[in-house]
Amino acid sequence: MTDAAIAVPAGRVPAAGALQAHAAQRRRQLVVAAIALALMAAVPLVVGDAYLRNILILTLMYAALAQAWNILGGYCGQISLGHALYFGAGAYTTSVLFVHFGVLPWFGMVAGALLAAVMALLLGWLCFRLKGHYFAIATLVIAEIGLLLVHNWDYVGAAMGIQWPLGPDSWATLQFARNKAPYFYFVLGLFALTWLITFWVEGSRWGYWWRAVKDNPEASESLGVTVFRSKMAAAALSASLTAVGGGFYAAFVAYIDPDSVMHFRFSLLMVLPVVLGGIGTLWGPLLGAVILIPLTEAIRSYMGGSGTGTDLIVYGALVMGVAVLKPEGLIGLFSGWRRKAGAA
Amino acid sequence: MNAQAIAQVLASGVLMGLMYALIAVGLSLIFGLMDVVNFAHGEFLMMGMYLTFGLAVGLHLDPIIGMPIVGGVLFMAGVLVYLLIVRHAMRAKANVGMVQIFSTFGLGTLMQGLAQYFLTPDYRQISDSWLANKTVEIGGVFLPQPQIAGAVVSLLAFGGLYLLMSRTDFGRALEATREDQGAVALVGIDRNRVFALGWGLGLAMVGVAGAMLANFYYIHPQVGGAFSGIAYVVVALGGFGSVFGALVGGVIVGLVEAMTTLVLPASLKTVGVYALYLLVVLLRPSGLFGRL
Repeated sequence: MTDAAIAVPAGRVPAAGALQAHAAQRRRQLVVAAIALALMAAVPLVVGDAYLRNILILTLMYAALAQAWNILGGYCGQISLGHALYFGAGAYTTSVLFVHFGVLPWFGMVAGALLAAVMALLLGWLCFRLKGHYFAIATLVIAEIGLLLVHNWDYVGAAMGIQWPLGPDSWATLQFARNKAPYFYFVLGLFALTWLITFWVEGSRWGYWWRAVKDNPEASESLGVTVFRSKMAAAALSASLTAVGGGFYAAFVAYIDPDSVMHFRFSLLMVLPVVLGGIGTLWGPLLGAVILIPLTEAIRSYMGGSGTGTDLIVYGALVMGVAVLKPEGLIGLFSGWRRKAGAA
Repeated sequence: MNAQAIAQVLASGVLMGLMYALIAVGLSLIFGLMDVVNFAHGEFLMMGMYLTFGLAVGLHLDPIIGMPIVGGVLFMAGVLVYLLIVRHAMRAKANVGMVQIFSTFGLGTLMQGLAQYFLTPDYRQISDSWLANKTVEIGGVFLPQPQIAGAVVSLLAFGGLYLLMSRTDFGRALEATREDQGAVALVGIDRNRVFALGWGLGLAMVGVAGAMLANFYYIHPQVGGAFSGIAYVVVALGGFGSVFGALVGGVIVGLVEAMTTLVLPASLKTVGVYALYLLVVLLRPSGLFGRL
């Protein structure tokens, strides 16, 4: 059985021409991605300012995290408002293994990703029978329980958190005190990885299953899609990529505490770029992050430090505005142009 | 632990539980009417609390006097939110479920940011109200009067809501609309008007709750987050859409929270409530009195 035969109900098998056009479109996407990657890799050559580089690193990190959220939320349609839990799992696993046991963060991230995948499977086993907002609220509640527990867990530093020891600049320990460019290349790699995985699953049978689960779980079940297993796979993949991002963040800031990695704010920052850019799209998360993160930073630096609420005003207004006025996300503007250009 | 201490914990739990019920009932009402979860519910509670604070500081109105005014303002806010945001969100053609979540979610985030920007993140308190620092003693159990007032207002509000839903034309229109949105149009009920008034009523209830809560709880921009979490638990427990369920759910949550503090450190008191939420939705997704 081929992928297409699974995805398309009998009697509606697309013509060979349509499949070829689809394959050509996917090849074009890869070319665009390769060009984008090359352009982004050149950015640190132009931008030397430490503050601007910092913004670039955060932008790409949130793009990668949003892309990871998009796998579960966008493609499979399961809205998680608690991904900070997996981000925290990655950050804490990497930090504990490095600081207490001297395990290099590279291995710590892998361990964190595995832990997050196991957590996602356990929680998915519990919660995937819940639908819509029941599921969303459950994820939020579980992440809050996790935050409260870590706050009271002495082994991982409780409210005080974990401080990474100062060391020489090194790719092995992912510590770079002055020149932040290596961090940029790391997150660029992470983003490229999440993008490629998304691209690959979008075209695989999993991608078809996930979209079927999102659009109509009852109908897809009757067509032979195992809804529960599809959701579990999406959750595990999404959680483990999020945890790698968490491990990177811990190495990048070299100090973590419960609120700085597991606060609800992080769950929010993973969702917002997706909603803004386009839910369930390949380029939406990057577009959303590229708009959201620099905009927040710019407003923050003009209107005074954090805690004034300007970041929340920006997030809230953007999300509400896009949800009501442009539900398919800002990426929809581009396809609109393309359609008009094609018609002209 | 002696009987008196246990009675104290239970009594405090019931009083706080009635408060939770009043906070949550608007959420349940709106959900029952149109299947929309208001993710900005906690922020409207915050708005009610700040309005009460403003009336107390600016016009020297006691929270109990300010309460009807706050309820009225929140009623209008509810009508506006429906007409300007929710009505459009419900018409979305793409990502329908997500649009409904994120439109009110974005509104809540926006309100939180505005409160932080214009009102500062400072914690505020109404310290010179009529009932401040007064307690009642019944058989060795001490109950603060502001909490008692909140519980009484909650019971009155539920009574009023019951009469409104069962005895008035508006109540019947509300009930009919939640039964069958399409059919009501045939008998000349304007669906949009019922939805707008339903949002008004739901937020008026949370406004009244905010006024009574401000009487004894500190006020800050993030105050909504803590209470909206509890409100979801209350509504899930009682059954999404059930008014009576919200009342029972509120009292149960109040009791569970009070009893959690007996066995866990105070910083973990909400863990018991959150665990209750998971237990309820996993075992009985429709809640105690809900219809699915």
